[in-house]
Amino acid sequence: MPPPVVSSDAILVADDIVVRFATPEGPITAVDNVSFQVRLGEFVSVIGPSGCGKSTLFNVIGGLLSQHDGIVKVAGETISGPHQSIGMVFQEESTFPWRTVTDNVAFPLELIGMPKAKRIERARYFIKMVGLDGFDNRYPGELSGGMRQRVSLARTLASEPKILLMDEPFAALDEQTRLLLGDKVLQIQQQLKQTTLLITHNITEAVQMSDRILVMTYRPGKLKRIVDIDLPRPRTSEIVSSEAFGRYVAQIWNDLREEASRGMLDEEKEVLSGHEGAR
Amino acid sequence: MTIAVSSAPGLPRSYAAPLVGLVSFIAFVLIVEALLRVGALNRFIIPLPSEIIVSFGRLFLEEHIVHRFLVTAGECLIAGVMVTLCGVTVGVLMQRFKLFQQACETWVAAFASAPLVLTYPLFMVIFGRNAWTIIMMGFLSALPPVILKTIEGISSTRKVLVDVGRSFKLTATQQFWKILFPAALPTIFVGVRLGLIFALINIVGTEFLINFGGLGQLINDLAERYDLAGTYAAICFVILVSIFFFIALEKGERWLRPVD
Repeated sequence: MPPPVVSSDAILVADDIVVRFATPEGPITAVDNVSFQVRLGEFVSVIGPSGCGKSTLFNVIGGLLSQHDGIVKVAGETISGPHQSIGMVFQEESTFPWRTVTDNVAFPLELIGMPKAKRIERARYFIKMVGLDGFDNRYPGELSGGMRQRVSLARTLASEPKILLMDEPFAALDEQTRLLLGDKVLQIQQQLKQTTLLITHNITEAVQMSDRILVMTYRPGKLKRIVDIDLPRPRTSEIVSSEAFGRYVAQIWNDLREEASRGMLDEEKEVLSGHEGAR
Repeated sequence: MTIAVSSAPGLPRSYAAPLVGLVSFIAFVLIVEALLRVGALNRFIIPLPSEIIVSFGRLFLEEHIVHRFLVTAGECLIAGVMVTLCGVTVGVLMQRFKLFQQACETWVAAFASAPLVLTYPLFMVIFGRNAWTIIMMGFLSALPPVILKTIEGISSTRKVLVDVGRSFKLTATQQFWKILFPAALPTIFVGVRLGLIFALINIVGTEFLINFGGLGQLINDLAERYDLAGTYAAICFVILVSIFFFIALEKGERWLRPVD
C-alpha cells in the first residue's frame, strides 16, 4: 500500500516500519513497510492472523523495541523509546501482585511525585471509571482475570496518556467477559475521547470498537487493507447483532481468511520439517 | 472392616491434622516408655520419656536454659542480619553482572552442600573460642541459599512487569526498587528462611563442638555429666525452638505474599 499522506490532526504516525529478526535459519522480516496514522480521539485497531507481527508492531510503537527501520512520531515528535504520551496495556496479566488495587493504579502518579492524598483520590477516580469501586484495598490475587485487566487499564489511564496502546488485552478472557469489557473500554474511550490503538486478532472486538481497522497480512506483516467502520456511536456490545456489523465482520474475514490459511499451512510445514529434522 | 476417617463432630477441619499429629506423637512416646520399662530398649542409651519430661523443670531452674536460649537467639539474630544484608547484596550483584554469576554460581551451589561445620577449627584460629566463631559458622552456612534464591527471584521476574516499568520510563534504580526487588521478595524470603534454619543448626552444632555459648554448650555439658534425661530434654527444647522458629518464618513469608 502507498504511504498515507500525513493528516494535520494525526497524533500518531508510523512511517515505513520494518522489523527483521535474526534466526538460526537466517533473518526473517516480521513487519514490512507498515505505515499508518491515528488521528486525535480516533479508535484504530490492527488485526491480523497469529504470527503477522502485531505484537512486534505494538512493541515498536510503545518504544520497547528499538531495533527497527522507519519512524514513529507522537504529536510530531520522533520517538526512539518509551514515551510519556503513550500508555500501554499488555496482553499478559501485568498488575503488581504486591500492591493493592489503589496502589497499582496510583503507581504512575507516585512516579511523578504526586502527594499521597492526591494520588489516592486520583486513583479512586480511575478505579471507579473501570467499575472496580469497592475493590480499592484488594490485592490482584483476590480478583478475577477480567478485573485484573481493568486494574491494568486504570493504571495506564491514570498516567493520562495521549495515546492508549493495547495489545490484545482481553485475549485470555472468556467471550462474555470480553464483550462486557469491550463495552467498558468503549464507554471510557468515548468519555475521555481517548485516542486508542488496539492490537487484536478478534474481528468482532475490532469492529465493535473501532473507527478504522488496519488488516495485516501473514508473515511478513504488511498492511493489506484499511477498513473504515461507519457504525453509529455511542456503541455497546448490542451492536454485534446489527446487519451492518455482520457485513463488516464478513468483509474483514474475507481479507483475513487467506492470510490465516497461509499461517496455518506455514505452521504445519514448520512442524513437519522439525519432525523430520528430529529423526 | 471399614474405618471411617473424619474429624470429630464440631471440630474445625483445620485442627484435625495437628490433633492427629499430637495424638500420634503421644502414642509414640508411650510405646517407647513401655519398651524401655519391659527392657526391650536399653535404658543406659535412651532415658525414660517420663524422666525427660520431669527434667525439663530442672533445665529451667538449675541450668538456666532461658538464658542459654537467649544467647543462641542473639547469635542467630546477628548471623541472620549479616546473612540477609550480605546474601541479598551478593545475589543482586551476581544477577546484575552475568559474568560474575556464570563464574561463581556453581561454586555457591557447591558451597551450599558442603559440610561447613567441619571448618570450625579454622574459625577458632581466626576468631578464638568466642561467639564470633559461632556467628561466622552460622553466617557462612546460611549464605548460599540466600544468594541463590536472590538470583532466582530477580531472574524469574515476569518480563511483562519489567515492560510495564519500561513503558513508564523508570530509571534502572526505580526499575530495581519498584519492580524487580518487590517481585523477587517472596523468593528471597524463601532463601532467608532456609538460610536462618541452616544458621540455627550450625550455631547450635558449633556451640556443642567448641563447648561455648548457649543451647549447644548446655547439651555438651549435660552429655559430659552423663545426665541422659537432661541431655534429651535439652535436645527436645532445641527441637521445639526450631519448630517455633520455622512456624514464625512461615508466617512471615505468608505476610510477604498477601494473596497467592
